[in-house]
This record gives sequence, structure tokens and C-alpha cells, in this order.
Amino acid sequence: MITIDNLTKIFETPNGPVTAADHIQMEVPEGEICVLLGPSGCGKTTTLKMINRIIPSTSGRVLIGGEDTTGMNTVDLRRNIGYVIQQIGLFPNMTIEENIAIVPKLLGWDAAKYKARAKELLEMVALDPSVFLKRYPKELSGGQQQRVGVARALAADPPVMLMDEPFGAIDPINREVIQDEFLKMQQELKKTIMFVSHDIDEAVKMADRIAIFRDGKLVQYDTPDDLLAHPKDKFVENFVGDDRALKRLRLAKVSQVMESPGSYVTERDNLSTALHRMEEHGYYHAIPLVNAQRQPIGYVSKGVAKTTGGTCGEHYFGLKAIAHVNDDLRKIASLMFTHDQTWLPCVDDNGVLVGYISQRGITHYLGATYHRDGGVAPLEPMLQQA
Amino acid sequence: MDKQTLKRYLYVGLVLLAFVLGIQLEGDGFIDEMYSYQEDVMYLVVQHIELVVISGAIAIAVAIPLGTILSRPRFAAIAETAMQGLNIGTTIPTLAILALAMSFLGIGTLPAVFGLCIASLLPIVRNTYTGLKEVPAHMKEAAAGIGMTANQMLFKVELPNALFVIFAGIRTALAINVGTAPLAFLIGGGGLGELIFTGIDLDEPYMMLAGAIPTAMLAILVDILIAAIAFLMVPKGVNPQRA
Ligand SMILES: Nc1ncnc2c1ncn2[C@@H]1O[C@H](COP(=O)(O)OP(=O)(O)OP(=O)(O)O)[C@@H](O)[C@H]1O
Ligand SMILES: [Mg+2]
Repeated sequence: MITIDNLTKIFETPNGPVTAADHIQMEVPEGEICVLLGPSGCGKTTTLKMINRIIPSTSGRVLIGGEDTTGMNTVDLRRNIGYVIQQIGLFPNMTIEENIAIVPKLLGWDAAKYKARAKELLEMVALDPSVFLKRYPKELSGGQQQRVGVARALAADPPVMLMDEPFGAIDPINREVIQDEFLKMQQELKKTIMFVSHDIDEAVKMADRIAIFRDGKLVQYDTPDDLLAHPKDKFVENFVGDDRALKRLRLAKVSQVMESPGSYVTERDNLSTALHRMEEHGYYHAIPLVNAQRQPIGYVSKGVAKTTGGTCGEHYFGLKAIAHVNDDLRKIASLMFTHDQTWLPCVDDNGVLVGYISQRGITHYLGATYHRDGGVAPLEPMLQQA
Repeated sequence: MDKQTLKRYLYVGLVLLAFVLGIQLEGDGFIDEMYSYQEDVMYLVVQHIELVVISGAIAIAVAIPLGTILSRPRFAAIAETAMQGLNIGTTIPTLAILALAMSFLGIGTLPAVFGLCIASLLPIVRNTYTGLKEVPAHMKEAAAGIGMTANQMLFKVELPNALFVIFAGIRTALAINVGTAPLAFLIGGGGLGELIFTGIDLDEPYMMLAGAIPTAMLAILVDILIAAIAFLMVPKGVNPQRA
């Protein structure tokens, strides 16, 4: 846990004092990622650097795991904090392997262990060890160097990480890959991370909590969903963007919005059975069709069931898209728009039908959290209106 | 064409030139004349090398720590003034330094070594200082940020990154040193200057050349030697020679 208590930094410059951080008060719970977000020059880097005392604070305290760091020896303090600086700062005189292994070496690990570690970390940041281990920083692109910088900070497995725009120089595709890798790693390692970004999308994706800064002040400190749903003032609202409702889609999983499947038919059922079940459950348009493993393979439309005879297996339509319970809603919305669907069947890891998700269900979910206290209100079965 | 190949062509050219010159000179009886000084040359070369090596070694041993200390933040207040002083110091002709050394320490090897030392100190201090100062601040911040102590930062990050510049200083310093060493004779320090200056005095061109040619060769040799050491010692990632 990182506790920042009334932390202030005033730089004395020839043009008078500059308040880079103004009585910052916040707490990052153990194992969470906190993203510091705000426009350039708002004091994110300054705040971050006061935590490992690269910048001495003017007043206030920083506690890590409840322990006041003010009197701590800086070397001991920093060995327990992984640090990725904004300018990357790899050591050009060392190979990539040496750069990554530097902290383990300082801590006295033996060679076999830190070499294995360097290799493992390079793989984690999606760089091929056989190509890069023996190279020098100047032989890498900016984005590749930045990934090595992240690997170096992780090397000795510090419980706390400070990362200053660690993915800023990486192209969008690789950035997504590394963010995903990083989040996967974080799920296992549960580090307490302070992460500076000026990209709201990155913040929403990475953060457990987002701290919005403006002119050295902490304006709002909330979970991404609360921040997007309830921006505190006009500044935050502008900063998160007017598509903030869409940004929230990525924060929710299908399982949170999914409705139970109610009823379905199999290939061997007669169309009359299908019609009967649709009427019984109030489905106006269609009913899902599953195979023997209860995996959705299509749907039977009410129009067909009414006018035709035979089995469902002879008269169903194929599925254009399927939602997985762990997909985020952004992906689902995109699938629905792409395939012009108002609902999608949802499956679990085995592909078994577990429910369905509808456009109205998503809208309802987004709307529901705008009312702070109320949970998601019950919704009538979607297929009725479909 | 890069520097390395250019150098190689130059060397081949020089060797060919030397060969042609050798045939010509052999015909003139030049070689025989030179040969008559062989014993003197052998003795004086050793003395000359001693002067250069001892004064150079002391200069390096003093200058690198001095430049390093001046580059530390603690000495920031006096460092700039000290460096200005050193810069003014470099403008003093080395002959004057030798003369001054003699007036304090009398004649002999000691003032000669001392004088040469002073003359070759300045470029090394200056390059060590600027080399260390030029290590980017963010690199030092990264080093501090991962928990290096000041000493670890100096030896693992700052010095390796400044080493190329430091070696350039050493090269300049030793060039000055070898070039000035013949003057040591004037204050009783011995060396190849003995043949050169006596040759001039006695109007004996062969005697003078017997001193001058080994001096020149020595200068080239020292330069090549330092370049080779730099090539091997400066880490590959910060060594422009090995790009
Ligand atoms: N060493 C310094 N001396 C004087 N002023 C400084 C110093 N470092 C930072 N500042 C000022 O403090 C303010 C905050 O700087 P900081 O580096 O924390 O911004 P930031 O939020 O990290 O911006 P960016 O997104 O551009 O990195 C800026 O106005 C900056 O000019
Ligand atoms: Mg910054």
C-alpha cells in the first residue's frame, strides 16, 4: 500500500516558485494499479518521483506498507521499488541482458539465476531473447528500449512499481500486447503500482483507480468506472472525453450484463415445439438452437416456425457472432454493429450456451450506474422486443 | 570510405614510401652514418621511454581521480573555477613549465618528470571532468532510481560512459608528453633530446636525426598503443570505434 499524505513540492525557479504538487492526498491499496492522469506539466512525474525520493518533497509524507519513508535510506528504499523513467534511461555501456540483470546483480543473485531472469523478462515484453540479449541499447528502437526499461524495473520482483509513461513510445499494436501481458502478470504478482499516463484509454484499461491531476492538484481519485460515470467537474469531463459512456463498455464483462437463456430448441425438435416455446416465454422473434453439447449453432425465427413444417434442424439460420462470458462490452457492441444484431448468445469456455446479451441490456447497464445507489434494475427478457 | 579503411591505406602507403626512401638513403650512405649512433640511441631511447612512462603514469593516476572529484555535485561550487584555472594552465608553454620546475627542483630527472607530468595532467583532468558531466541526467536518475549507491553509479554507469572522452584526453596528454620529452634534456633530464640538441649545436644533421626519428616513431607508437587500449577498454555500446 502506498499512502501519500499532504505531499507538496514547490520548485524555486528564477521566475519565482512553481508549485508542482499541491497537498496531494491519496492511497493506493495493496496490489492495485493507480494511474496518474492529466495534461502535460500537471505534476504527475513530480508526484511519482517524490515516492522514491528522486525529488525531495517540500512537505508531506509518503508511507509504503504503512511505513514512513521519510527517514529511510534511499538505496534500501529504491531497491524495493521498481522504477521506469519517462526517458527510458537504459545504460548504453551495458548489453540488454546486463541492463535487465543490474538490480539482481546489485542484490547479489548468482549469474545463472539473473541470466535466466533476464531471458524470461525479455520474453514477457515480447522481445526475442536470442536476438536481443546481447545487443546494446543503441541497437534497439525507442519502443524496444522502452520495453527493456519495463523489464529492468521488474527484474528483482519489487513489491512496488513506479512507471512513468512506460508504454509511450510503443506502437499501438505492440502497446496493446504489452499492456495485456502486463495485466496478466499483474494478476499473478499483485504488485502495488503507480503508473503515469496521459492517455485516458490506457488509464481506463490498466487502472484499478485513476487520479486526475490539474496544475499540481489532485482533482478526482476514483475507479475508472466511477470516473467515467461521474466526472467531478467540467475539467475532468473534458479530459475523459465526450465518448466516456463508450469507454465504460470496456470495463464491463459479458457476464455482468448477460441474461439467462430461458429457453432454446435442438435440431430434432419440431418447428411447432419451437413456436410453442417462443410463445410460452414471450419471445417475439426467435429462439436459439443448440447442438447435443448445448452449444449454440443458430436460431429459429418465429416467422419460419409459424409458416413451415418440419424440424428445427432443417429450418434454422446460422449465427453470425457469439459472445464469450469474459469478453468486454466494447467488443460485443462492435460485434453487434458489425453484424447488425440486437442480441448475441453467450457461451462459457466450453462453448456451452449460458445466456444471451442484448443491446438494450447494455444500454440499461450503462444507464443504471449513473444512479449511484441503485444496482442494475431487473430487465424484461430481451428477446421479446428483438 | 570509413576511417578504418582510410587508415589502412595510409599505413600501406607509408610503408611503401619508407621502402623507396630506404633504397635511396642506403645509396647515400645515410644508413651507415646513423648506425654509428646506434649505442647512444639505444641507451637514450630507454631513458626517454622511462621519462614518458613515469610522468604519463603519474599524470593519469592523478588526473582521473582529480577530474572525477571535481565532477561530483559536492564540488560543483569550486569545479567551474578550477576548470577555468586549468584551462588557463594549458596555455602556458610546456618549455616554461619545465623551466619553472627546474627553478623549484633543480636539474635532473625529477624536475623533468614533474614538468612533463604537469604538462600532461591538464587534458586528462579536463576530459575526465567534462566526460563525467556529459553523462545524461536521466541516465543517472535511472541509476539512482534502481537503488545504486553513489559509488556504484560512478563505476558502473558514469565512468564507463565517459571512458571514451577520458581516453581522448589521455591520447592528447601523451602526445604532448612525448613531444615535450626531448626538452627534458635542457634541464638535465636526459632522453633523446640529448642527440637532437647536441646535433643542432654541433651542426651534425645525422646526430640530430638519430634523435629526432626515434622520437617521432615513439610518438606514433604511443598514439597507436593508446588507441588500441581504448578500443579494448571502452565498452562496445559506447565505443564509436566499434559501432
Ligand atoms: N526541476 C524543476 N525545476 C523547476 N520546475 C520544475 C522542475 N521539474 C518540474 N517542474 C515544473 O513542475 C510542473 C510539473 O512537472 P512534471 O514533470 O511533474 O509534469 P508532468 O505531469 O509529468 O508532465 P508530462 O506529462 O509532460 O511529463 C511543471 O510545470 C514543470 O515545469
Ligand atoms: Mg512527466
